[in-house]
Amino acid sequence: MTISANLAYAYPLAILGVGAMALLVLGAFAPKQTTLVGAGGVILLLAAAAAAAVQPFGVAFGGGLISDAGAVFAQVAIYVASAVAIPLGQPWFERRGVKNFEFPVLVLLAALGMGMMAASGDLISLYVGVELHSLALYVLAAMHRDNAKASEAGLKYFVLGALSSGLLLYGASLIYGFAGSTLFSQIALVAGGAGNTGLLFGLVFLMCGIAFKVSAAPFHMWTPDVYEGAPTPVVAFFAAAPKLAAMVLFARVLANGFTHAAGEWQQVLVALGLISVAVGAFAGLVQKNLKRLWAYSSIANIGYALLGLASGTAEGVQSMLVFMVLYMVDVTGFFACLAALSREGRAMETIDDMAGLFRERPGIALAMTVFSLSALGLPPFSGFWAKFYVFKAALDAGLLVPAVLGLVGSVVAAFYYLKLIKSMWFDGSAGATDKPPFEAHAIAVVLAIFTFPVVMLALGGLDILAGRAAHAFGLA
Amino acid sequence: MLLSLVTFAPLVGVAGILALRLFGKADDPKTVNAAKWIALTATLADLALAILLVVQFNPNDPGFQFVEEAPWFAGLNYRMGVDGISVLFVLLNAFLMPLCIVASWKSITSRVLEYLIAFLMLETLVTGVFCALDLIVFYIFFEFGLVPMFLIIGIWGGARRVYAAFKFFLYTLLGSVLMLAAILYMIGTTHTSSIPELMAHHFDPAVQTWLWLAFFASFAVKMPMWPVHTWLPDAHVEAPTAGSVILAGILLKMGGYGFLRFSLPMFPNASQLFTPLIFALSVVAVIYTSLVAFRQTDVKKLIAYSSVAHMGLVTMGIFSGNAVGEQGAIYQMLSHGVISGALFLCVGVIYDRMHTREIAFYGGLVNRMPWYAAVFMLFSMGNVGLPGTSGFVGEILSMTGTYRASTWTAILAATGVILSAVYMLTLYRRVVFGTIENPKLATITDLDWREVAIFAPLLISTLYLGVQPNSVFNLTSASVDQLVRVYQAAIGG
Repeated sequence: MTISANLAYAYPLAILGVGAMALLVLGAFAPKQTTLVGAGGVILLLAAAAAAAVQPFGVAFGGGLISDAGAVFAQVAIYVASAVAIPLGQPWFERRGVKNFEFPVLVLLAALGMGMMAASGDLISLYVGVELHSLALYVLAAMHRDNAKASEAGLKYFVLGALSSGLLLYGASLIYGFAGSTLFSQIALVAGGAGNTGLLFGLVFLMCGIAFKVSAAPFHMWTPDVYEGAPTPVVAFFAAAPKLAAMVLFARVLANGFTHAAGEWQQVLVALGLISVAVGAFAGLVQKNLKRLWAYSSIANIGYALLGLASGTAEGVQSMLVFMVLYMVDVTGFFACLAALSREGRAMETIDDMAGLFRERPGIALAMTVFSLSALGLPPFSGFWAKFYVFKAALDAGLLVPAVLGLVGSVVAAFYYLKLIKSMWFDGSAGATDKPPFEAHAIAVVLAIFTFPVVMLALGGLDILAGRAAHAFGLA
Repeated sequence: MLLSLVTFAPLVGVAGILALRLFGKADDPKTVNAAKWIALTATLADLALAILLVVQFNPNDPGFQFVEEAPWFAGLNYRMGVDGISVLFVLLNAFLMPLCIVASWKSITSRVLEYLIAFLMLETLVTGVFCALDLIVFYIFFEFGLVPMFLIIGIWGGARRVYAAFKFFLYTLLGSVLMLAAILYMIGTTHTSSIPELMAHHFDPAVQTWLWLAFFASFAVKMPMWPVHTWLPDAHVEAPTAGSVILAGILLKMGGYGFLRFSLPMFPNASQLFTPLIFALSVVAVIYTSLVAFRQTDVKKLIAYSSVAHMGLVTMGIFSGNAVGEQGAIYQMLSHGVISGALFLCVGVIYDRMHTREIAFYGGLVNRMPWYAAVFMLFSMGNVGLPGTSGFVGEILSMTGTYRASTWTAILAATGVILSAVYMLTLYRRVVFGTIENPKLATITDLDWREVAIFAPLLISTLYLGVQPNSVFNLTSASVDQLVRVYQAAIGG
């Protein structure tokens, strides 16, 4: 195939790559035009999402890139989520005196990496995608340079992220060594046959590497520290889209590359999922800082998504996709609330800071309540539907005990969400809060309205789209 | 359409109050007053709709009526309908809500708008529970109801409100997630979430056992049955008066309704298998919690424990497996909804005046409050099950039904009637009779017109149901007979 024929399957990636470079040049020559760069970033991301939505299905670059319903579904979700991150983050940084044009460019590059992860068809593009988005995220985490905590978070994220990349690469090289190919489709021919211990060894390392990226326990250690230290809008970004990208990658590797070893990876996923649910639920109980709390909540939620994926069926992949999309809305919305709140210029980050918030800021308090109840899994909020899909898939696949344990774990986690709600609604006010910035406030409210009640209408479409996407992964 | 109207009409009130909140000041007395009238109008309108529903209800049809169906997504449907078992609970809910609004008229002074919104939402959600004919729709109403109640206890409750609210929420949630697992399993294996279809589906007896236990976990907590009843006294003591009325009057009935709607028709073999367990737990509940009630020093806690004991009779009647027992159980639930609601309102009357619920604080109220004494007396007698009150009909029938299924259970449970007389009469004597010892009571005033207006409908219904039980049985018997027939056929009896 010619390069242009190949590109037909990769227009969104091309738009983002070229666009990021162009914005970088624009920023270099007109460093004051940060708003313009930001607007350009949003437009490019939305354009990439549109291009992804209409791109033809097929395989490009010798199998390195896949364009199918699954890749398209994930890419659209990733690009839209990234587009939200720019208006949420850039003004936040500018209000804190960090007036630089790199923020949108880095978001674009991260989105490009995530897009590659979602579309990768072999180990090379997998690794390039993972690294590209990780490097961009490391910088974003440390972008608030004058803040010691943010720098610490960036460094921690980088060191542990590099370690996980090492594991990933080691696993990939083992797989390549034993399979003789980097293409998932070729690996699938070898995996599952007799005497493939080395291949499984490689798979386990690869899974560990991805587990790091999705912050599944026991590879979650970095998450609370990084969430706590990193700037809040950046957390809103990297708690959402990258998780979806990595989960889709997970599904891609396992479903396309190791279809016949399903029995093996299912066990690993169930273990990862249940440990994550347990760690997320129990360790979250003692947290006072909301960003740490939500880090543990995200660990628990990834646990649920992993349980869905562990079903090893198309229904399981569908449940994971629905779960991740709904979870992305939830977590972005929650961090948008946090980004909107401050008291005398100081960020409000602990549960006690939120005391009596309902009297001070009823809108944001209501939005945070909605996101908390959703994360708790209470019907009819979006988080319930996410869990509904996941547990239904797990039960249909016969994972009865893991599903019940997961559900019980959600009751434990309910305690800390209720603690937050209690603080906002029951307690006396901890003082007046500053006027929330428009963009964070608006994003929080819109996402809250989606979480309840719009989700009940949107699910019909999401169900169909995710179903189609899931069938692209080739599982029964 | 009528069912959806009954269910969602209170939300119109919510919208009205929200509009007030947006355009007016939340603490402005005018706004607050307008909000109260909106809430009262909405609940009264809903009551009118509920009455219309009961009037139009065809008592000879044992199946579901007023059925509404609309496809949703992923094979789920918005499906509503009522039969003879559920229709009166809809009425009970609509009946109690306006009383709750009136009862809170003066006693709630902070964040009144939110309070009214919580009650109106609760009304919608509770009605939805009794009308839902789709498992997931049912689950949504069932679970979402936790939130307004959590807020009602937590914001407007007493000193240990936070503890009580958390306990209430987490206890119920733990039970419910197990039910959710069972619901998902049922949908996965039968590919339908329609309750009527599932009632006709025959599950393998081994599977039934597990599904039954999962539903039991949820309904036993809700009911509440001994030994998972401990959240109830805490929740009652801390909740504001109207919260207690709703909790005892209607929320607990969701447990009994769940047994009737799910456990018996869907898992008949398992129900039969576990009947001895239910009987044992019910007997313990009746005797043990009656004794516990006797030792309470707090009026509200005493009535809360007495609720647990009365619910013991209900579970017994439900699992007796004969029409008499089922009818008795339903009757007992309706009657208890009225009487326990009224008793909590009685407590509210003196609590509003003296701000304590300690039994020892009171005494000799009859000297200053003759009308109150008379009203309290009547409801106490109703709680004891005196013939002529609605309590008697429910108790006698559920015990008769149980007697047919298990003689010893009925005999042991009958002691509960004596015990309930012991603790209620003791309570009444200590609070109402005697001379006024406590100087603080010297100025206590009798019922005002607002309180009379609250108690009058409750009094009338207690007495009416006591002498005219057929008005209820006419509506319920067709559905109950069918339930029993199907149940007996399934267990081969």
